[in-house]
Amino acid sequence: MTPDGRPLVELRRVTKTYGRGAAAMQALGGIDIVIAQGEFVAVMGPSGSGKSTCMNLIGCLDTPSSGSYLFQGVEVGGLTRDQRALLRRHYLGFVFQGFNLLNRTSALENVELPLIYRGDPAEQRHQRAREALAEVGLAGWEDHTPGELSGGQQQRVAIARAIVTRPALLLADEPTGNLDSARSQEIMTILTRLNREQGITIVMVTHEPDMAAYAGRTIHFRDGLVVPAAERAHQGGG
Amino acid sequence: MLWNAFALALREIRRNVLRSFLTILGIVIGVAAVIIMVTLGGGATLQVTQQIASLGSNLLIISPSRRLGPGQNVGAALFSVGDAQALVREIPALAAVAPMASRSLTVVYGHANWSTQVIGTSNEYFTVRNLTLRSGRRFSDSELRAGAPACIIGQTVRDKLFGRQDPLGERIRVQGIACSVVGLLEPKGQSAMGSDQDDLAIMPLRAYQRRIAGNQDVNQLQVSVREGTSTSRAQQDIEHLMRERRHLSANEESNFNVMDMKEISKMLTSTTEVLTALLGAVAAVSLLVGGIGIMNIMLVSVTERTREIGIRLAIGALEREVLLQFLVEAAVLSSLGGLIGIALALVASAVLAALLNVPFVFNATIVAVAFVFSATVGLVFGYFPARKAARLDPIEALRHE
Repeated sequence: MTPDGRPLVELRRVTKTYGRGAAAMQALGGIDIVIAQGEFVAVMGPSGSGKSTCMNLIGCLDTPSSGSYLFQGVEVGGLTRDQRALLRRHYLGFVFQGFNLLNRTSALENVELPLIYRGDPAEQRHQRAREALAEVGLAGWEDHTPGELSGGQQQRVAIARAIVTRPALLLADEPTGNLDSARSQEIMTILTRLNREQGITIVMVTHEPDMAAYAGRTIHFRDGLVVPAAERAHQGGG
Repeated sequence: MLWNAFALALREIRRNVLRSFLTILGIVIGVAAVIIMVTLGGGATLQVTQQIASLGSNLLIISPSRRLGPGQNVGAALFSVGDAQALVREIPALAAVAPMASRSLTVVYGHANWSTQVIGTSNEYFTVRNLTLRSGRRFSDSELRAGAPACIIGQTVRDKLFGRQDPLGERIRVQGIACSVVGLLEPKGQSAMGSDQDDLAIMPLRAYQRRIAGNQDVNQLQVSVREGTSTSRAQQDIEHLMRERRHLSANEESNFNVMDMKEISKMLTSTTEVLTALLGAVAAVSLLVGGIGIMNIMLVSVTERTREIGIRLAIGALEREVLLQFLVEAAVLSSLGGLIGIALALVASAVLAALLNVPFVFNATIVAVAFVFSATVGLVFGYFPARKAARLDPIEALRHE
């Protein structure tokens, strides 16, 4: 719970429709999700089930077609593009499957990027970016560019970039999708530690039940809807 | 934020040195072309003005008008020494009047010979044409009165006949007449029309008339108007007096004309100025083309960097921050092009000015204008690509391969 007792993320009867008229395609058909401060939630489901759309909504990159999304009690649907950008800047961190680091830019500069937009002074930026890199075990790799780092290291730089602003919520979209199992374990260990030690709320999309097992609970998507836990229990999981 | 945008722009330019250079090549050439054209044009204008000034200030030239078409040999009546004397006497505004007759002749000294303009005139000619002597003297009164065969030569004639030898006191032959050299003129160089002003030999008018022309004709009267009096007023007075002396009735056209060298100088200067402006304008078009080149590459760059823009937007960059980043990058690129263009232009103008024999005149205004214009070109043509980048949808941009 946030200090005033509200959940961090609260989606109520949220739908999302792409296109118009006959070409309209409903990606989300009315979902209710509540995530409390400090949770580690895994999101699973086949492709096209609506989980990516849901992540974009929670990440304030998109707005619902109908229904209500409250982030820390603020209605995101009513915010302008720039207001949502400011929300992302101050409260959200993103980790992607494809790392999405800036090429030919050192690890340190990549991690500093969000701080530049916050207007932090250079000295403070360096300091915090170094700390964040140390946090993911990359102390001493500050001057390496993504091209000089392994996949696992690149993803760790991406995590450092996501947590350098001390966000309330970390959104990870298949963070281990491009990594072998040993590297995947490393990433999950880091995420779990951030969740436990720093209290960062994490929502992670994954295809692998092994990875979902690190999370506190799992939300399953199918055909644009959330599958209720009771129904899954009845079907015997899977 | 602006400082960060500058740092980002510089880093982006360093990352892609070759492409950045090719992008700004259009601006470099445009800026260089504008500055070179205007600088050389300014030099040419200055040269014309200087040369006209060296001709003699307030110079009026009175010559008989010639009819064009068939029978053009029937020239109007020539002048006489009396006309010159009457002008000085009747019109106080005239400082000096030089009657002159001339023709192109071969002059000989030893084995050397040279074809030059031989002029018969009085000492007033030196005043009227602003000629000074490098050595020797003007004609004496007795030489002028008696029509003694004395001559004063220009630098070119001296070079051709005497080489480095001192010509004073030597005798040259002009159409079979031995003529002693009494003076050498200070060189004046090329005239505005490109003729050599040092290629001449001057002798007393009477000597010329008697020994060379064999008549009493005066082809031309050259007049200098007193400093501080109106040239156009003097021109009118001269016309009036000359019409009287030539017995022209009110309805007859004048059979002579009075040319004001100042007018000709103005005409020539304005011609070179118009040419300079025209060439500058053509060069400015190339600057515009350079701007389109920048827009082109910036559009490609935005497409190439779609993912980067997506990352920036996702982590919370505002639309205007992305806009500023690309706008500053375009402006920095084109200003850099402007600076390189200026450097190139200054070197090229200095070299070209030396080659074309035109004075090199540094024009700070055009350098400043060209620089500001190049930065503006970057801002204007960078705006469209920058806006395109700023308006990208972060979700789409992140998915871009």
